[in-house]
Amino acid sequence: MSSDRTNVTTQEPDARKPTPSAPLPTPSVQDIGTWLRRGDIGQLPAILMLLAIVIAFQIVTGGDFLKPTNLSNLILQEVSTAVVALGAVMTLLLAEIDLSLAAVANLCGAVMTTLSVYQHLSAPLALLCGLGAGLVVGLINGFFVAVMRIPSFIVTLAAYIFYSGLLLHILLPNTTIRLFDPVLTGIMSNYVTFPWDVLIPIPIVVIYAGALLLERSRRAKTGLELEPAYAMWGRIGVVILLTVGALLIFESALGVPYSMFIVLGLLIIFWLLLRFTTYGRHVYAVGGSPEAARRAGIRVTAIRISVFALGSMLAGLGGILESSRTISASAQVDPRLLLLAIAVAVIGGVSLFGGRGSVWGVVLGILIIGSLENGLTLLSATGTDLKFMLEGAVLIAAVMLDAITRRRSAVSGR
Amino acid sequence: MSSMAESVPAGDAARVPALQLKNISKSFGAVQALRDVDFEVYSGEVVGLVGDNGAGKSTLVKTIAGVNTPDTGEIIVNGQRVHIGTPADATKLGIETVYQDLALCDNLDVVNNLYLGREATGVGAGPLSLLNELEMERRTVEVLRQLEVKIPSVRSVVASLSGGQRQSIAVAKTILRNARVVLLDEPTAALGVAQTRQVLNLIKRLREEGLAVVVISHNLADIFEVVDRVVVMRLGRRVATYDIHTTTPEQVVGAITGAEFGEVAENGDASDAAQTA
Repeated sequence: MSSDRTNVTTQEPDARKPTPSAPLPTPSVQDIGTWLRRGDIGQLPAILMLLAIVIAFQIVTGGDFLKPTNLSNLILQEVSTAVVALGAVMTLLLAEIDLSLAAVANLCGAVMTTLSVYQHLSAPLALLCGLGAGLVVGLINGFFVAVMRIPSFIVTLAAYIFYSGLLLHILLPNTTIRLFDPVLTGIMSNYVTFPWDVLIPIPIVVIYAGALLLERSRRAKTGLELEPAYAMWGRIGVVILLTVGALLIFESALGVPYSMFIVLGLLIIFWLLLRFTTYGRHVYAVGGSPEAARRAGIRVTAIRISVFALGSMLAGLGGILESSRTISASAQVDPRLLLLAIAVAVIGGVSLFGGRGSVWGVVLGILIIGSLENGLTLLSATGTDLKFMLEGAVLIAAVMLDAITRRRSAVSGR
Repeated sequence: MSSMAESVPAGDAARVPALQLKNISKSFGAVQALRDVDFEVYSGEVVGLVGDNGAGKSTLVKTIAGVNTPDTGEIIVNGQRVHIGTPADATKLGIETVYQDLALCDNLDVVNNLYLGREATGVGAGPLSLLNELEMERRTVEVLRQLEVKIPSVRSVVASLSGGQRQSIAVAKTILRNARVVLLDEPTAALGVAQTRQVLNLIKRLREEGLAVVVISHNLADIFEVVDRVVVMRLGRRVATYDIHTTTPEQVVGAITGAEFGEVAENGDASDAAQTA
């Protein structure tokens, strides 16, 4: 590549920067800036917000907040919301919204519970039926959105009302039924204890670090641009730190809950699916520009239907976990679950405008929302008013940040 | 994946056009958009397609790209008579079109955009195949270097690139698809001076690589800068063809407006064209 050509394009602000294949420069402030801009700058405000919340509650509660039993409790309370939020991430990535998530969650929990209690279905079968209900609901929603091209807002709002009614009907004449099956209730009440809780994460972390190192060496061999070494080690370090920290907290309490492994497993699976497969790439493409995706030969309709199906199944699983935790199925849809799930996704950096965000945002979002819920409950029994208002404010802040980020990238893109 | 190097050098191949249209006509209801149009472009040649609004340029390009099917006439690619019924047919024949609205995903990076819909994959089947990012990135760097396209990084999100860079990415996308004929619809519209320069250089690179390039543009300065021949259309007909080295912008403008032939508006159509001119 002749370098004298650059003088032709000097008015291009970026033309002076090294070409993609240029030798790796030594780390500099500029590199860190580039890395941040390309990487996780979108998460930075949320991380700061989480830190502020944690520190504030730690001080205000006189040290109760960060006690292992409380943190363990906090995470257990929020597991089902996190799974529903993962479902919200799926549809948000397409720039669609699924307002039926909370109703579907309750419905699937109720399907599983009634089948287990009245039809005496075995635990795995009842659970599969619950998930199946989620799948069917998602396929129907997806059909109306993708094939009939009705705005998802209306489709899923109608679905929300419809399935709330169906839920009442299923549980008639009760408003709540009790779940007895020990396997189903055990999902949320059992713990993995030492040494297995320590032994299971170790290979996962090792595989992660190994994959990063392998990738780096292969890139170096192919002569491709490398990210700075400290960025890679930093990422590995963060993963190890989080794993050790979480293990310490859970170990000081009752052990690691089963549900924790379920949530982490789901996050890893969906991360791999969205980040490393053709399917995931096409989901992001459809979310970014459906027209460009269509011209590239991507089957946009199939992608949309499948995303709604996956989202509803995740919501269903969230409801199943909630039924397991509360040992019951309720006929009343929790009105806050839906908004919390979407809030968690958006706070975690998933854009409402589609095509931006990662499933790991759910972790950040759920920690922020969970800390608010838990901390304010610790403070006082009358905290509900303040809790609602704070959560609303946090959601608006997150959405505002999303809109600003989007505008800024639009401006820089000219 | 074969590279561009296999393309026939300019002026060779016994002058068999890479793409040839014969007697193409197309009507939309009462409006006849194309009347007996012949068109040809050779490998290693850049042809400018000019004409006023409504002259039939877009219809002609859409016919080649498979968006429209002609009512009559034939399309010949490398000496073979072909049928182009859909955009996919055109792609299979190595004909790629870059439209004005680019069709890039702003939220994806350059590599992902270049390979969108035809990702390199590793293990796995169907939609669950693992992406071979390494191979895609390697090829992207290679192609961009070949075309002398300069961007901050192949991992830059497309939204962060300038208009000229985005246009370059859209063109590079066609190269990765092993295009032999590239149609560019208004490639320099809405670009600044430096960015226009960048895209014009890119078009010259495509010619050097032995591709057949068709440029549709309203900007005669750009046309005179890059093309070898200019084909003028007016009211659905091909009215003139000039070797760029022996013509002047005035002559071309004359052909576009019909002034060259001293025509007086003879019917409704013509007076419309005269007004828009």
